[in-house]
Amino acid sequence: MPLIELRNICKTYQLGDLAVPVLRGVSLAVARGELVALMGSSGSGKSTLMNILGCLDRPTSGEYWFDGQEVSRLTADERALLRNRKLGFVFQSFNLLPRTSALDNVAMPLAYGAHRLSEHEARERAAEMLRRVGLGERLDHEPSQLSGGQQQRVAIARALINQPPLLFADEPTGNLDSQTSEEVLRMFERLHSEEGITIIMVTHDPKVAGHAKRIIHIQDGQIVDGAFGEADGSAA
Amino acid sequence: MTSYTVARTAFRALRRNPMRAMLTTLGIVIGVGAVIAMMEIGAGSSAALQKSIASMGANVLVIHPGAASSGGVTFGAGSATTLTPEDCEAIQRECPAVRYAAPMVRARTQVVYGSRNWIPTYIYGTTPIYLEVQNWGALAEGEPFSDRDVMNANKVCLLGQTLVRELFEGASPVGKEVRIQNVAFRVVGVLPAKGANMMGLDQDDIVLAPWTSIKYRVTGSSLSSGSSSASSSSTSSDTVNTLNNLYPGSSDLYPDRSTVQAADQPLPVRFENIDQIMATAQSATEIETAISQITTLLRERHHIRPNEDEDFNIRDLTELTKMLTSTTTLMTNLLLAVAMISLVVGGVGIMNIMLVSVTERTREIGLRMAVGARARDILRQFLVESVVLCLVGGALGIVLGHGGSLLVRLLLHWPVATSPMAIAAAVLVSASVGMVFGFYPAWKASKLDPIEALRYE
Ligand SMILES: Nc1ncnc2c1ncn2[C@@H]1O[C@H](COP(=O)(O)OP(=O)(O)OP(=O)(O)O)[C@@H](O)[C@H]1O
Ligand SMILES: [Mg+2]
Repeated sequence: MPLIELRNICKTYQLGDLAVPVLRGVSLAVARGELVALMGSSGSGKSTLMNILGCLDRPTSGEYWFDGQEVSRLTADERALLRNRKLGFVFQSFNLLPRTSALDNVAMPLAYGAHRLSEHEARERAAEMLRRVGLGERLDHEPSQLSGGQQQRVAIARALINQPPLLFADEPTGNLDSQTSEEVLRMFERLHSEEGITIIMVTHDPKVAGHAKRIIHIQDGQIVDGAFGEADGSAA
Repeated sequence: MTSYTVARTAFRALRRNPMRAMLTTLGIVIGVGAVIAMMEIGAGSSAALQKSIASMGANVLVIHPGAASSGGVTFGAGSATTLTPEDCEAIQRECPAVRYAAPMVRARTQVVYGSRNWIPTYIYGTTPIYLEVQNWGALAEGEPFSDRDVMNANKVCLLGQTLVRELFEGASPVGKEVRIQNVAFRVVGVLPAKGANMMGLDQDDIVLAPWTSIKYRVTGSSLSSGSSSASSSSTSSDTVNTLNNLYPGSSDLYPDRSTVQAADQPLPVRFENIDQIMATAQSATEIETAISQITTLLRERHHIRPNEDEDFNIRDLTELTKMLTSTTTLMTNLLLAVAMISLVVGGVGIMNIMLVSVTERTREIGLRMAVGARARDILRQFLVESVVLCLVGGALGIVLGHGGSLLVRLLLHWPVATSPMAIAAAVLVSASVGMVFGFYPAWKASKLDPIEALRYE
């Protein structure tokens, strides 16, 4: 069973009387432990698809099965819990809390979890996470005191703090130079190979996409290539 | 999410912009400070007022005998002779709401010392308790007369400041003898100055003596039938009594009664009656209780049946107390209303800045939602933030208000009383201001769409 399965997902924005179809019948599957890149030209609907996959948005129609659960019909609170426990997000613009230490930034999602971690345990865990992304020396640094690559690593640590099986990254290297991009991508590869985390990243840089094991191409709201992996491509 | 984490998150968010937080909460600081200062100064002046009311005798109760009547002619309040000193003792003993009770006999006559004379406004025969009833405080000089003096009808008295001035021209009268209606009374003490009372009557124009002495030696000498011990026990009474015949030319208006006349028309035998009883309630609030206790007791002692009218009446100064306290309450309430308005203004300021803050932190809200915050988590976060802001403002306001009232006490010497009630109210009020005015911005934050919030520039 794939971790993620989309069946004929459509997303239409309503601008006044004008209906703007952004996703037009997207079907795809991602298995557990895959490292997938989502590619397409600007405005093709990558971010929109990503938001639906990340349970931040709901499709206009279609089915979204996540880990054997139809999530497009969940309530807002249920989706929030799902995001907290099972999904991690890495954004192009890092989205760290300003004037807040790296440690507190990383520990932030723990505040919304159902698990009752003490303040001390939460900090311990956040520090451990930061050490894993190589920022053990920067626990008390605020975002303004960190380089872009370091900030993105803080963001990755934050995304992984709840040990989610799935990580979404929307243009994670979009704001980084090629050197630091390389570092971040190597980290993704390591997380993927060593910890078996499923990663889906959006990019329009072929070099970035080259790190992925599979590339899904999207164009005008439709998948043109790579919708299904080798393992289950035939099954669908 | 533990409440500790919630509070810590709120503090951290506020610390990101300390200057703005300070300015935002300034309205609350001023509002709460004003409330605290008002309450403390108000409480202080009302306590001072209570005290001065008490010294004016506001919790004094006066028990008069009822009106006597004969053949349809009533003789006015106090003309009946139904109150006895035993009534007074019973009141003191059996009414828990009564602190002191003193019997009183009045006289109005001339007081002579040497070549000077004076008619004081008050000549009261009473017991030493009277000094407590009227709050006379410590004597200016000498000692008060004792219960023993009352028992023995000793001819001792206390003089008010006016008499000291008029008769002794300011010299110390202690140990001297004044004559009241030709009876020599030794002055044992001098009352402190008290000034005029509410009606403008000079309260220092007074002579106090044991009620027995006034009753049997001054006013009732011709009628005295009881208390043979009183006249016999006083060793000096014989010698002094010769002074009754100071003016040899004077003779009785009526011829002496013969034994036959006395047998035919006996003078009514009177039991010892007193003119009035003055009592004080334990406190101003217990006046009502004291009145009802005294009424019950006296009805019983005077054998008055339930459907009969009382042969006494009790008067108090509740009206006066009410009027004075209501004036201060009114003032305090007015000032409180003004302070409340400033709290509301402060609350609007909080709301304004919280709205700005929500807009500014839209991306943060989106991010928090993306990592799993539910709408209610966001609502709570912003609500707690504004409550914390208000509570910090409230705490500063309490310090400011308290400091202000201390300053008022030190510089203006106004009476001030710390009021824990006011502090509790201030904490409560500032928390509610935070809740009420923080709710709309928090609600707005919680209604944000995560995607739009994340995309917000
Ligand atoms: N809220 C919205 N309302 C209306 N139209 C929208 C909305 N969000 C996105 N769109 C439209 O959907 C289309 C796809 O947008 P999307 O953000 O998914 O593109 P993208 O593939 O991520 O592009 P890019 O590579 O530039 O990030 C765009 O044409 C955009 O105008
Ligand atoms: Mg995009």
